[in-house]
Amino acid sequence: MAGEADHPGFLLTTLEKGVNWTRTRSMWPATFGLACCAIEMMATGAAHNDMARFGMEVFRASPRQADLMIVAGRVSQKMAPVLRQIYDQMAEPKWVISMGACASTGGMFNNYALVQGVDEVVPVDVYVPGCPPGPQSLLHGILTLQDKIMSGEIQNSTGVV
Amino acid sequence: MTDESQIDAVIPAASTVAEAVESAELSTFTPRGGQTYVIIDVSRDDYPSLVRAALDAGYETFIDLCAVDHLAREPRFDVVVNLVSTQHGERLRIKVGVPNDDPELATITSIYAGSNFYERETWDMFGIVFEGHPDLTRLLMPDEWEGHPLRKDFRIGAIPVEFKATR
Amino acid sequence: MSEDPKSQESTVESQHQDGSGSEPADPEGSDKGRSHGAEERRRVHDMWVAGTEEPGWVATATDEGAQELLPAGLDPALATQRGVAVVDDYVEEPRLDEDERQVLNMGPQHPATHGVLRLQIELEGETIRRVRPIIGYLHTGMEKTGETLTFMQGGTNVTRMDYLAPLHNELCFALATEQLLDVDIPDRAQAIRILMTELNRVSSHLLWLATFGLDIGALSMMLYAWREREVILEFFEKVTGLRMNHNYIRAGGVAADLPEGWESDVEHIIGIVRSGLADYEALLNENPIFVERTQGIGVITPAEARAYGVTGPNARAAGLDYDVRKVFPYSGIEQYDFEVPVGAHGDAFDRYIVRMEEMRQSLHIVEQVVETMPPGDYRTTDRKVTPPPRQRIDESMEALIHHFKLFTSGFEVPEGEVYQAVESPRGELGMYVVSKGGTKPWRLHVRTPSFATVQALPVMMTDLLVADVIATLASLDPVLGDVDR
Repeated sequence: MAGEADHPGFLLTTLEKGVNWTRTRSMWPATFGLACCAIEMMATGAAHNDMARFGMEVFRASPRQADLMIVAGRVSQKMAPVLRQIYDQMAEPKWVISMGACASTGGMFNNYALVQGVDEVVPVDVYVPGCPPGPQSLLHGILTLQDKIMSGEIQNSTGVV
Repeated sequence: MTDESQIDAVIPAASTVAEAVESAELSTFTPRGGQTYVIIDVSRDDYPSLVRAALDAGYETFIDLCAVDHLAREPRFDVVVNLVSTQHGERLRIKVGVPNDDPELATITSIYAGSNFYERETWDMFGIVFEGHPDLTRLLMPDEWEGHPLRKDFRIGAIPVEFKATR
Repeated sequence: MSEDPKSQESTVESQHQDGSGSEPADPEGSDKGRSHGAEERRRVHDMWVAGTEEPGWVATATDEGAQELLPAGLDPALATQRGVAVVDDYVEEPRLDEDERQVLNMGPQHPATHGVLRLQIELEGETIRRVRPIIGYLHTGMEKTGETLTFMQGGTNVTRMDYLAPLHNELCFALATEQLLDVDIPDRAQAIRILMTELNRVSSHLLWLATFGLDIGALSMMLYAWREREVILEFFEKVTGLRMNHNYIRAGGVAADLPEGWESDVEHIIGIVRSGLADYEALLNENPIFVERTQGIGVITPAEARAYGVTGPNARAAGLDYDVRKVFPYSGIEQYDFEVPVGAHGDAFDRYIVRMEEMRQSLHIVEQVVETMPPGDYRTTDRKVTPPPRQRIDESMEALIHHFKLFTSGFEVPEGEVYQAVESPRGELGMYVVSKGGTKPWRLHVRTPSFATVQALPVMMTDLLVADVIATLASLDPVLGDVDR
């Protein structure tokens, strides 16, 4: 049933949709909480705003077992190589959410000490603004990422389909 | 307030500290709604003996060591040590001037073990070398960083914010 | 646990290649994987210094070089970091060789280091001989940023240091500024400040309890303690507009008055936190696993606490009776009746007990504030310091000018320097502000309690097992935003 490259055919599209569905419904985040945003990330995982309903309460400490890296907090110059190494240790497919103003753009700290936006170090799929973003904002960001994956727009963090 | 009798009445321990060293100059500061505390200015040479005298006089809790860059003043840097005596319920602040052409000061890690990290941070941020410190390496900045960020002639490093055109 | 495999390997390798580490360099073969330059450096330095690479070593992105463990010959004041010799049953050794020791790297990305703390641990089997904390992974340059923001904007910068107790940071900065300004703060503003900071102390200790339980293994503590914390954060959102990092306490008073119905909200909080605390104590206090894991672990003596500057619940658990609220009271806290719990042993269990009791005392203070809240202004009326009410801007030209001037260039603070301390949930939080008469601080130095605590980690962790490292670190409640600023 395989058609041409841009029309893969009925069977493969359904398979792709199924694979995307499984990927989004059980995405395991790697613990990369750095600063204040980490506290709000923990709040999103706690009972009041439960991240487990999206299949994501299992924060894996080892990046090798994680799909999603939520960069929560300000990334300093000393931490940037560590961030890159953790990202490299994750297996494909992997996604990155940049949580908070400091991770997205350097936030209010436009100075020598911070990397002005974590997208200078790793490719980012979803940016969640806020200082810190409340749990609802983070959940909105996660759901946006899920929608993007489901629609086939991104299959892994490099954004290449 | 430099009335000796007033100072003696309020803070006896601090005045014994200042008497231990020749070049020490005592002044006091009364914060709004708080109690008076003592600031002792001392020269670089007498600084270790003054700190030792402070420890002996009962200021046994080490609180803080930091530096201030005055830039246009000579000596350029001020190293400020904050101590607390929990027995007397008093604070003591010791200030030492450190010049720019010779930014060195004796370490007090043998007197207060807690000054270790503070002196490292002061070296990292200001470039003031603490002689005798066991491990004077970068603490907050990466190891290979050049420059001392909190000096006034080190720019904040802000990048201009550009609004990229939407694709 | 993320370890850098390259440096780990090279350390172990070089240790084995070198033979017994404490002997002088082999004159025949310095090509055994370690140059004689290392021996030279070994004699020069006293302590374990990073960056002593071997020749031909190529840097990768996260390498800090081969971590050499140098033999001790330490200053007496640092003698507590020395390793202790272990005598085997069947082998008599006055001191074990360096070969028997292994370097383990914990962090900076680690689920249980409470932030980006990196610990280099020298292990002998599972026992820790030396610990070296490496910090700086969250350094944000806040002290430098503080020099570029006005005194009114400074609260936004400072509040993000200790992000679990942001109101304490703001209070400290506001108090320091007010001392330089020499303004009177109305009683209602002071009472609101105490209300908010004591509730913040409760929410910070609840988060500590959650992460402490999580690290010890009582995983459900994480979910239980967050319930009460969420209610407190909702109250904060109602009053200040934000759940965290509020910028609410400013020089001159607070940013806005308490909303209608705040008393019933606070009473509700007090009720559920009290019942929650009773539940948690029933769950943990006599739990044999919890007790085994925390009693006698991570001990610090009062003398060590004094020398290292450890303050707050960590020092009070050791027996050092020092609370800034009692010794150097601020913001009218002396009119409220509360006790300061002091422990005896200085171990993790005592720190737990002290913090639980502190939460109760904070609730007691909050109750008193609710009963005695004075009416009046929530900020000083000095128009040179606080902006006018928004309605006035439409009516009065002068109000508009004041508003404009305050929010663009800020108010001018007379020349002077001040050190102001408050009791944050972690200890003595102090700010040393130097003003040269402008609208921005000339120097803002923050004396943070977690910095001293992290410095004292080697003292508390020697001769513990690896699992006790986690328990100790969790019981000390360090916040890396506080440490690195």
